[in-house]
Amino acid sequence: MAAAISVIAGRPSMALDATTPEQDFKVFRDYFVKKFPKVPLEDFVNGPYSMNEDMRKQWIEKEDFPPYDFAVDRGKELMAQLFKNGKTLADCFPDKGVGIRQNYPYFDTAKGQVITLELAVNQCLEANGEKPYSYVRDDMAAVTAYMALTSRGKPMDVKIPNDPRALQAYEAGKQYFYQRRGQLNFSCASCHIQSPGERIRAEVLAPALGILNAMPIYRSEWGGMGTTSRRFTTCNSQVRGTPLEPQDPEYRNLEYYLSYLSNGLPISGPGARP
Amino acid sequence: MASTIRVRATAGTDTTEVQALIQHPMDSGFVKDAKGELIPPHHIETVTFEVGGKVVFTALWGPAVSKDPFVKFSFKGGAKGDDLKITWIDNKGATDTLTAKIG
Repeated sequence: MAAAISVIAGRPSMALDATTPEQDFKVFRDYFVKKFPKVPLEDFVNGPYSMNEDMRKQWIEKEDFPPYDFAVDRGKELMAQLFKNGKTLADCFPDKGVGIRQNYPYFDTAKGQVITLELAVNQCLEANGEKPYSYVRDDMAAVTAYMALTSRGKPMDVKIPNDPRALQAYEAGKQYFYQRRGQLNFSCASCHIQSPGERIRAEVLAPALGILNAMPIYRSEWGGMGTTSRRFTTCNSQVRGTPLEPQDPEYRNLEYYLSYLSNGLPISGPGARP
Repeated sequence: MASTIRVRATAGTDTTEVQALIQHPMDSGFVKDAKGELIPPHHIETVTFEVGGKVVFTALWGPAVSKDPFVKFSFKGGAKGDDLKITWIDNKGATDTLTAKIG
């Protein structure tokens, strides 16, 4: 530790090198705006559909009868379903869980960790003596789909409170995002910063900006709904890495980092993806 | 329980366009589960659309149709306000019906 401090002390420029989340935010946004001058800023939340005209046409047609429709209905039912103790899932959330998606994930200063929407749902279930949902699909995806739909259009609003641990979580998420991993030696950024709009086999890569605003998503490839956890774990497997457990603190930090950078962009979930 | 059928029908000048989405697993009978055991076939066999007691469209489906199938067609006739009745029956005898108004 002493050595590390002396290194920093020995380089007065370190203070200039260090970036703040605000600086990250600006650089990140400028990068995408410059790379895709024709894409309106709020359209980045539509992932591959903001990048490819043909796919966009198919998607618009599909939005008449979106495949996530059934999940949203199920989510609405689950929110109102009575627990054994007479409470409901909606009771755990501000405004009964309606229109709050944009505030997640948030940094809980009491617990000293990032709380995602999925984690909050399961914490609510467990606190009320109910069985937690699977983090990746089914009921969890249904509940979060309902919450996302009721928050559509609201700008993402993730805050970094004045707490060194919050900044640490943000930095850890950033580190995870740029860290190469897996047999293919890809980082998240390899696909979602370097190559959005390009194809990886038959798929068009989504930009990192606004990528979480569309969660949860119905993926035709999955034949069903999936949460942010599902997307993170499958991404990790696709680069032939070993996925972490869903809602591992590292994944939550990543979600925190990415969501912060999408602040101000509208919630577009639940989404549909090929 | 919510209906497994979503439908939208719009009357044009001489044809009516119908779009419908049905929630169904549509297991083909050729897929194995995580334990390596065959998932038994479970798919819709017949879907019918009726207007005023008259069948306007019948679909005979098999294992090749995707999960949560979507169908779109148009037929001659049909006016705004008419009742459109949709019924599906699967190979296990399960069924669901929905009546919607043509808009």
